[in-house]
Amino acid sequence: MLALKCRVNVIIVTAMFEIIRVENFSPSTFLWEVIAPEIAQAARPGQFVIVRSDERSERIPLTIADFNTDEGTITLVIQAAGKSTDQMRAYRVGDSILDIVGPLGEPSEIENFGTVIVVGGGLGVAPVYPILRALKLHGCNTISIIGFRTKSLVFWEGRFRDYSDETIIVTDDGSYGQMGLVTQPLKEILAARHVDRVIAVGPLVMMRAAAETTRPFGVRTIVSINAIMVDGTGMCGSCRVNLAGEIKFACIDGPDMDGHLVNFDELIIRQRRFVKYEKQSIEMCKNRCQE
Amino acid sequence: MSRIARQHSAHLPPKTRATNFKEVVCGYTETEAVAEAGRCIQCKEPLCITGCPVRINIKGFIHLITKKDYKGAYETVTEANLFPSICGRVCPQERQCEAACVLGKKREPVSIGLLERFVGDTARQSGRHQTHEIVSTGTRAAVVGSGPAGLACAYDLAKAGVSVIVYEALHMPGGVLTYGIPEFRLPKEIVRSEIDNLKRLGVVIKTNSVIGRLHTIEDLMGRLSFDVVFIGTGAGYPSTLNVSGASLNGVMSANEFLTRVNLMHGNDFPRYATPVGAGKNIAVIGCGNTAIDSARTALRLSPDNVYIVYRRTLEESPARKEEIRHAMEEGVQFLFRTETKEIIADNEGWVIGMNCRSKDEAAAPDFLLNVDTVIYALGTMANPLIARTTPGLKTDKAGYIETEDLMTSIPGVFAGGDITRTKGTFTTVIHAMSTGRRAAAGMLKYLESRRQT
Repeated sequence: MLALKCRVNVIIVTAMFEIIRVENFSPSTFLWEVIAPEIAQAARPGQFVIVRSDERSERIPLTIADFNTDEGTITLVIQAAGKSTDQMRAYRVGDSILDIVGPLGEPSEIENFGTVIVVGGGLGVAPVYPILRALKLHGCNTISIIGFRTKSLVFWEGRFRDYSDETIIVTDDGSYGQMGLVTQPLKEILAARHVDRVIAVGPLVMMRAAAETTRPFGVRTIVSINAIMVDGTGMCGSCRVNLAGEIKFACIDGPDMDGHLVNFDELIIRQRRFVKYEKQSIEMCKNRCQE
Repeated sequence: MSRIARQHSAHLPPKTRATNFKEVVCGYTETEAVAEAGRCIQCKEPLCITGCPVRINIKGFIHLITKKDYKGAYETVTEANLFPSICGRVCPQERQCEAACVLGKKREPVSIGLLERFVGDTARQSGRHQTHEIVSTGTRAAVVGSGPAGLACAYDLAKAGVSVIVYEALHMPGGVLTYGIPEFRLPKEIVRSEIDNLKRLGVVIKTNSVIGRLHTIEDLMGRLSFDVVFIGTGAGYPSTLNVSGASLNGVMSANEFLTRVNLMHGNDFPRYATPVGAGKNIAVIGCGNTAIDSARTALRLSPDNVYIVYRRTLEESPARKEEIRHAMEEGVQFLFRTETKEIIADNEGWVIGMNCRSKDEAAAPDFLLNVDTVIYALGTMANPLIARTTPGLKTDKAGYIETEDLMTSIPGVFAGGDITRTKGTFTTVIHAMSTGRRAAAGMLKYLESRRQT
């Protein structure tokens, strides 16, 4: 875990983070379990880390999908979407990550709220899992709704069933569980009985839809904002979120935010800030990556 | 003796330097340095030293330069300051030591900054570094933040035999010296080399460690059994731009822009994967040192136009006059007495212009500035992370940590640099270093008093 780099006869001790498990969920989504004992010790549900896999990579914020204090590991679920995350697909068991900083962000509020619906969409299914587990362990009555595009992308069903009083799986194409979007069962449950809180984690459009579904019912809805970040410590303001007219930073005020106050439209536009660069970067990489 | 004119250091020509990130000011040659040192009249009561926030023995080191004893000069400087190559470059000497120099009353003051830089650079080039005999006291200190305040504090503690661990949130140490001040003003190689000198004294720097999250201040004083803690987390939280359109794509804080270039090497995209996101016509709002750094950095990304948009006059700008001059020479266009009214965008949320209002009678009052990128440098505020996660830590209303002789409301926990606020002082690198040094003195006194009881 410790690597010694020698430069100008000064020894710099750098903690490297070794990958001990890789799991592929789809051609573009995968899981890493990484040795990071200090982070595992400090991590709480809802927090995230920033990963810089090598000297030239970006700093990528990733919500902690699981942490194991006994083993000293954290689990990250990654979607290859840009150059850095694309390159991360090449890492294998035994490889090491240059930098992982965390845990970052405010932990999720965990207490016995009563009945809670936990909604996970796509890759958001992973980070919502430790929140679900903590809520169950604090005595909540838990209902999980997890959504995927298609059957082959479904993961962690067993884990969700272990900590949920009810588990509903939906797929866009109906190839597994109910057909449709997570908002359909969400609306049905809210109409049928009393719910104390909803936690929704997933793509921005999904969280916006979930917040709009719960709004008429007046149920407090927490979403987790995974915005573009650089430092993750409140310094750059890249992750700013308009929360009912007030500017908040997802990195230190969030990532959990009141879904009924978040200006999602603005966030969705801001999330596209670097799309044209990503394309350029990936193209460039294909042509002459390791120059 | 002082008949010789002030020696001027060579600069890269504006047209050349505006296209690259090479250091603008070349620094003295040995001949120039010795000639300049010879201008010092060695006052009996040197005022320059009182003008220096860290009280470098300026008279002493300049005298040694005239004797060509550069080793001695380095040792003299580093009694007070381990970072002469950094401070010689970024200190506002014109309002500190050089402002106090008596030669300045009738002619130009001694160029103390360039001499300090010469001493530091000469030592580095000849592989010389500070060697202190350190007697361990068996005590341990945690320093939170590896910016100027933390580095200066760590140096004094290490010299006094305290075992020091510095926690840095980013993947590189140096704080604002690394992510903020651009390469052409302060080459990162110099920051690295001066920090290496600190490591030679046994100081350990742990990067990727956000205190308040990974460990709390309580953890440091408890579970991790440090005897004293220094908080130097700075005021890195950017003030928001309060005009319509501040959330549009193409609007970013100077902190974000500078970090993308300085820390993440965005200027070398796509070889480095982090894009900068700056376009072809760039407006920087504000005219402090950070604004000037941003504008000059932007210029080096080869855009068509870079503007500084400032609501006051040139004279009112808090930036160093030398840097404003550099920016003008390089081709940054200044719009003084110009207020930003609104940022406007296309259908997809990308900036296409900025509506401005000029208070200059000669100009048209309202006009549209055609820009696709807006960088705002409107000052920064206290980073709230430590205060939020440290029960019992007293702060003022704006979140700055309150101290008495630099000790916070928690015994053994000290603070300095921009996270504390002293009225009437500039938030400069050297001011931060000076509070770091004073805090270290307080910490040593605290450790001593605890040992006796």
